[in-house]
Amino acid sequence: MNENQHSSWRPWALLAPSLGAVFLLLVVPVCFIVVYSFWLRAPSGADIVAFQFGNYSKFFQDFFYPSILLRTIRVSLECVFLCLVMGYIPAYFFYRSKTRFKSLLMLLIMLPFWISFIIRTLSWINILGDTGLINYLLVSAGILGEPLGMLYNEGAVLMGLIQYLLPFMILNIYVSLEGIDQSLLEAARSMGCTEWQAFREVTLPLSLPGVSAGSLLVFVLSAGTYLPPMILGGPGNEMIANLIFKRVIGTLDWPFGSAISVILLLLVGTIVWTYNRYLGINQVFKAMQ
Amino acid sequence: MQNHSPDIQHRSPAPQVPQGSAPSGAVSEAAASQPKDAVGQEPAVRLKGLMKRFGKTVAVQETDLTIETGELVTLLGPSGCGKTTILRMIAGLETPTKGDIYIKGRRINDTPIHKRNLGMIFQNYALFPHKTIFENVAFGLKYRNVSREETREKVSQALEMVRLPGVEKRSPSQLSGGQQQRIALARAIVIEPDVLLMDEPLSALDEKLREEMRMEIDNIQQQLNLTTLFVTHDQREALSMSNKIVVMKDGRKQQEGTPEDVYDYPDNYFVADFLGHANFFDARVLEVLDNDQVRVRIAEGLEFTADHVGRWREGQDVHLVMRAQKINVTSPDLADEELESTELNYYPGRIYDRSYMGGETSYFVELDHGVRLHIISMVRRRPHRIGDEVVLHVPARHCGLLPREK
Ligand SMILES: Nc1ncnc2c1ncn2[C@@H]1O[C@H](COP(=O)(O)OP(=O)(O)OP(=O)(O)O)[C@@H](O)[C@H]1O
Ligand SMILES: [Mg+2]
Repeated sequence: MNENQHSSWRPWALLAPSLGAVFLLLVVPVCFIVVYSFWLRAPSGADIVAFQFGNYSKFFQDFFYPSILLRTIRVSLECVFLCLVMGYIPAYFFYRSKTRFKSLLMLLIMLPFWISFIIRTLSWINILGDTGLINYLLVSAGILGEPLGMLYNEGAVLMGLIQYLLPFMILNIYVSLEGIDQSLLEAARSMGCTEWQAFREVTLPLSLPGVSAGSLLVFVLSAGTYLPPMILGGPGNEMIANLIFKRVIGTLDWPFGSAISVILLLLVGTIVWTYNRYLGINQVFKAMQ
Repeated sequence: MQNHSPDIQHRSPAPQVPQGSAPSGAVSEAAASQPKDAVGQEPAVRLKGLMKRFGKTVAVQETDLTIETGELVTLLGPSGCGKTTILRMIAGLETPTKGDIYIKGRRINDTPIHKRNLGMIFQNYALFPHKTIFENVAFGLKYRNVSREETREKVSQALEMVRLPGVEKRSPSQLSGGQQQRIALARAIVIEPDVLLMDEPLSALDEKLREEMRMEIDNIQQQLNLTTLFVTHDQREALSMSNKIVVMKDGRKQQEGTPEDVYDYPDNYFVADFLGHANFFDARVLEVLDNDQVRVRIAEGLEFTADHVGRWREGQDVHLVMRAQKINVTSPDLADEELESTELNYYPGRIYDRSYMGGETSYFVELDHGVRLHIISMVRRRPHRIGDEVVLHVPARHCGLLPREK
């Protein structure tokens, strides 16, 4: 690792085109947002060029906005945890399976990406709704007297988030599992490990980079998405991205929307940075022992 | 698992008292099925009709093999001949399609891998990258309920054994390939395995390291009297290390014997061709002589006398085999006196190509009738040149005969 830090200019020259693209497509727009966040919005609705922190102080004025931010983090963490549990198992299954249809199965995991995210999210209404599939079956079977309210709560939001993010987790874990040298497991087994012990000693720790990458990805994506809370959540389930969406698209308040975006960016950035710093892959390994 | 008493098991000299009062029932059962060996000790490993089929391909044909305690046996053969498959079946990583595996007289077909008490060495070292060297070497001990104190002691002994003391705290990635393989060796021997299984352990190393590592393994194997099964496709490794070589081809055992045996007295064309550089000629037996020699002809006027190993009759079609290293090549003027003393297998020829390799030189010589030979000879004074007229002499004991296969 240390050697890489002293690398010459060559890698940078090779990276230049992609760095350029990232700069144009990512850094520049973010700069615009940052600049916007200092502007002033006149009561007339016009944006006035300015440099002031009114948008930020408005966010922290009372507990309303910060509480949405906290909820976003909490729900995202719940989502990460659930994706982890629900993702590791199928990823491990794919990794161990000797079927010739492995690539087909992988394709099936990615299949949801081919369908519009909105459609996929909306379809949950038909499953969880009062007249949806589950309630219909339960009621007509006589198990329930009246439909169960499964929509417009945090559970439904989580459901929507998971169906969107689970493939990312599975793929990340799967890739790191696939990278594990099979002879390591065989070595462990030959030295006296049962299959389960070999999993704990070898497979699990060596798949942690994938777990870690997948978790980070899921967290970041979850913290920035607005569709599941909007479609499947109730009034109390808004997440920060919904707020931004409402400000920018709803009331056309670009300066305030931008300020919230910057706050979200800083928060997620800090979390990612901390994560890398203190929960980096080496750290995770050490924690295992 | 058998309770193993470490030091006794390791340091005991090879010849041992017969196990008359073997404790477990399995041993006596196995002993009953092999009455001939009842006098000596149970062999460390015994394969009986072991066979493996993957789908339609038969990776290993029914194979019998015995490895005595403390022996190093090498499976040698070209790629895909089933060496790894045999090793993996012994390790428990593949299930035999047919046949039995006995370790110390106990049938272990149904013993799961982790209870077989075997040491394995892999081509790619297979050290745990997320564990320190200490944790790597101590790994097997952890699953054998060895106390902390004892573990520390055994690990440091094992590391000393492979001449890498004091690296406990490092991680595998901080060691060179050769060092990593030595750690792997330490990790395998620290559990005092019944059998050490090595699958091409040297092939990831460069030439010089390989030599060094080969001696290291040889040394440790002898010191600990470790029963070892060594898989390789490198004949030099096989010839230099083994007590016994098993040459394989297409999942079938071709020959089994000491390195000298398989090299000097190959059983068939494949073995003769696979080991070393040999010249093959289609020949016909002219005469079986009284003095245990056979006279064969490979072309009009080109007749050789071979030592009589095997059973030959006149008129039989055979292969005449001459190892490239065993043919003497001299200048005609120096050869005269030799001619008088031997008279046998002595022919003039002309060098049409050669390649100089420092210590030795390959000559390609053409005799009468366009018969061509490859000769490898130590360079003594001055190597012969292309176009030189030379005289060849092949001692009768280095002329081998093999039956011609249809
Ligand atoms: N898991 C498997 N599934 C199907 N076929 C296999 C499997 N393992 C080995 N084989 C086949 O069995 C035969 C023997 O393979 P094996 O690996 O034992 O050869 P080898 O002698 O070790 O060769 P190499 O020197 O290349 O390592 C080969 O034809 C191989 O293709
Ligand atoms: Mg192999």
